[in-house]
Amino acid sequence: MKEQHPPSWAQRFVAWYCKPSLVEDLMGDLHECFERNIQSVGPRRAKLIYIIDALKFFRSYTVRRSIFANLFMNPVMVGSYVKTSGRNILRNKLFSFINILGLAISMSVGLLLIAFLLDLHSYDRFNKNGERIYRITNILRSNGEENGRFASTSVKTGKLIREKVSGIEEVAIMRNNFSGDAKVGDNILPIKGFWAEPSLFKIFTFPMIAGNPETALKDPYSVVLTETAARKLFGHQAALGKTVRIDTLAYQVTGIMKDVPFFSHLRFEALVSLSTAEQVNKGDQLFGAWTNMWSGSVYILPSQHADIASIRRQLNAIAREENAGTTTASIQLELLPLYHIVVGESLHQSEGGPGNTGPHISPTLLWILAGLAIIVILSACFNYTNLSIARAMRRVKEIGLRKAIGAGNNQVRLQFLAEAVMISLIALLLSFLMFLLLRPILVNMAPEMQRMVKLNLTLSMVAAFIGFSVVVGIIAGFMPAVFFSKISPLNAFGNVSSIKIFKHLPIRRVLVVMQYTVTLIFITTTAVGYVQYKNILAFDLGFSTKNILNINMLDNKPDVMMKELSEIPGVTALSRSLITTGVGNAWGSSMKYKDSQDSVLVMTNHIDENYLALHHYQLIAGGNFIAHPATAQAVAEVIVNQQVLKRFNISTNNPEKAIGEQIMLNGHQMTIVGVMQDFHYGKVDNLIGPVAFTFWTPEDRTIISASIKSTDIHTTVARIAAAWKKIDPVHPFTAGFYDQAIADAYSEYSTMIKIIGFLSLLAISIASMGLFGMVVFTTETRLKEIGIRKVMGASIGHLIYLLSRGFLFLLSISAVIALPLTYLFFQNIVLPNFPYHTPVHVTELFAGLLAVLLIAVMMIGSQTWKAARSNPVVVLKGD
Amino acid sequence: MKGTNLGEFEELVLLTIAALMNEAYSVAICDELSEHTGRSVKLGVVHAVLNRLEEKGLVTSELGEATKARGGKRKRFYELTMQGKAALVNAKSMRDQLWARIPSLVWKNS
Repeated sequence: MKEQHPPSWAQRFVAWYCKPSLVEDLMGDLHECFERNIQSVGPRRAKLIYIIDALKFFRSYTVRRSIFANLFMNPVMVGSYVKTSGRNILRNKLFSFINILGLAISMSVGLLLIAFLLDLHSYDRFNKNGERIYRITNILRSNGEENGRFASTSVKTGKLIREKVSGIEEVAIMRNNFSGDAKVGDNILPIKGFWAEPSLFKIFTFPMIAGNPETALKDPYSVVLTETAARKLFGHQAALGKTVRIDTLAYQVTGIMKDVPFFSHLRFEALVSLSTAEQVNKGDQLFGAWTNMWSGSVYILPSQHADIASIRRQLNAIAREENAGTTTASIQLELLPLYHIVVGESLHQSEGGPGNTGPHISPTLLWILAGLAIIVILSACFNYTNLSIARAMRRVKEIGLRKAIGAGNNQVRLQFLAEAVMISLIALLLSFLMFLLLRPILVNMAPEMQRMVKLNLTLSMVAAFIGFSVVVGIIAGFMPAVFFSKISPLNAFGNVSSIKIFKHLPIRRVLVVMQYTVTLIFITTTAVGYVQYKNILAFDLGFSTKNILNINMLDNKPDVMMKELSEIPGVTALSRSLITTGVGNAWGSSMKYKDSQDSVLVMTNHIDENYLALHHYQLIAGGNFIAHPATAQAVAEVIVNQQVLKRFNISTNNPEKAIGEQIMLNGHQMTIVGVMQDFHYGKVDNLIGPVAFTFWTPEDRTIISASIKSTDIHTTVARIAAAWKKIDPVHPFTAGFYDQAIADAYSEYSTMIKIIGFLSLLAISIASMGLFGMVVFTTETRLKEIGIRKVMGASIGHLIYLLSRGFLFLLSISAVIALPLTYLFFQNIVLPNFPYHTPVHVTELFAGLLAVLLIAVMMIGSQTWKAARSNPVVVLKGD
Repeated sequence: MKGTNLGEFEELVLLTIAALMNEAYSVAICDELSEHTGRSVKLGVVHAVLNRLEEKGLVTSELGEATKARGGKRKRFYELTMQGKAALVNAKSMRDQLWARIPSLVWKNS
């Protein structure tokens, strides 16, 4: 049997902390117990027990005094450390400059990230009962398939919880997406909010300025306005008790509340009593249905010390009971703590886009961002480590002297740590300035960002910054501190160059390789990502988007606008449609063919007779709509794409034959009048599926597409905007070019590329600075060697080769690691998400490499050139 | 002065040291105690008590011969000092006195 030993680190740990007088028999005892335990409980547990016992023996009577003393810096020494560190920083200007700048650049990223995280963390914390509040999550399964997890809940669920679940103090049922034009006299204000109950004010901390929170949302047709909304509508008059018309209904203002704090995931300008919604939807069977979970949300406040597990069980019981009554879908209920709403799992937020259900960010994304930031910061720390060790030669004597007059290893270590922390604190000042500069750029990068964070300075943020910079300093200074503390004074005063450890120090090379690998990965990722992104934007969707302005008509009828538009010169063609395709919008319908049992989800759009021509859709069989019905009921013609024919197996080979075939669309009998070539209805990352176009009727909402051919597009758009003002003076003109809409649809990618591009810029500047410093210090130490070589007849070219050889070798190792990694990353992880992607080209990979190499060669070349040209007479004069 | 009186566990440890004679080192004391008291005695506790007793001057200790067992570490053997013996005797006589004061009637009815 193999002889078992206790874990060696635990042994070392005991030997380290234990008093010398006690250590021997203590370790002996531990060992004896260990041997005994091997027999009784086996080696694995014996080791575990040894470790636990080793930790348990860490007591006041066993521990050496000096350990306690060394854990805290001697206050007298702190002054000395500060003084010597300051002198060192001033003496080595280049060294300090490179380190401070590098750390400052990388730390600014860290500061932004900290500010970002703190902002996210402060969401919803203003609620006094925040810790106890939960939102109900619905998990929908229909036809046995999981359809996803939703943040929304049905009204009925809320009522059931209120009736049946014990241990709950308050339940607040809300209906999302209340919006309309509030009108007071001539004042019109588009307003957004929720339908809500009085209990909302008991759960959340939304203080009322006027009105009674207990009753304000009780009666139908009551509205509570925020302070700002009330002022906009009523000016300086008291609003309480007055009447507001919102769209067609008259509401009474029963309360004015303080504005919703910025860091609240619920955002609204007005709350309308839920009883209003109940009144309005009186006849609607669906309104109170269990499965109507699409547009409400339910928040609960369990009573103090409530048993959450029991509430969960009761929720499951409710779900079981209700699901038994339905056949198509089943819904499970879960609890989501309030503080996990903003940073937490991604939930579907049905109906209504972002802003309604508040901001959200997934923890994975945060981890990725944090990882990238840490890589950049570490890169700057490597610089510090490398440069400190590179100029070790100069400081060996100093350390030797310190040790000779009585400094312990610990004191030398602390001195170097103090120096590193001091540098990083100086860097903090600089990086704080950068933080102030970068902050508005980051916040304004995307509209979602503006809605999500402010990045305003707070006291805790400043404290976090300082703590962060101290930690960075310690990480940066750790290796040099350990390294220098090991120098023995004997070597220091002997022949310095005989100290072997300086020459063969692989750690420095490893760090340089790591730095450049990271830099290369960043840069090539940016290059490849950018090319791919451009390819997506320029992707042939199967229809034309050039110079087409899409005007969202909101609730206005399009006729007048169409007439106005047709009179504007520069507008060459017009068409109407229900939605804009190719940007991620979708309008699904179910389709059946002949007596097929399965109905297929097809994507649809309602378009008018000019739409196909304006967007250059390719018809491969049949033609445009023949009839132009005026009501949705009368629509009986459909134009489909090839995928539909393929899916239903309707004469796939000869599309001509499909013309005239009958299909059922949403239960209506339709005739196929045309077949289009396949095109991208969804985004490029979706596979092309079956699509059917039907005729647009005035009952639909409208997007007007205007093809613009004009030398002065700006004026044309301005004239269109003016026309809009005539039709709808209240709502702002919402129109955008199709190409822009497509770019917006992929804005997440461009944001990602911008972030990685920015980080790679930082990474390359940090790595270049580090390399520059290294080259300067190594050539400096080899000046004499160069002088002698020159005297012996070495050429400048040869010397440059000699000096830069090592660095170029390191760079090529980095390239060999980084390029395949990036390539594999894109081929196997990123691009499989895009079925229609173009392959990664070698050119993009090597463009990044070339850029990095060019900068590096410039850095190395300039210094080695300088050194190689130095006059040997001057260099060797001293000796 | 606090510390002149023996705690219950301290007394047990002292007694065990006395009983073990020349074999009184921490692990043996620990085993002996576990065996006779029937409770599981932790080595760490015994160690702490031995350390305290030595500080009080009730025991002395010296390191023994190196052996192959115990990872080559020597044992520390404990021995009672005069004070230690006196403290034990003291504790016993105090108890005896108290026992003697109990009238024998007390036990009959229980």
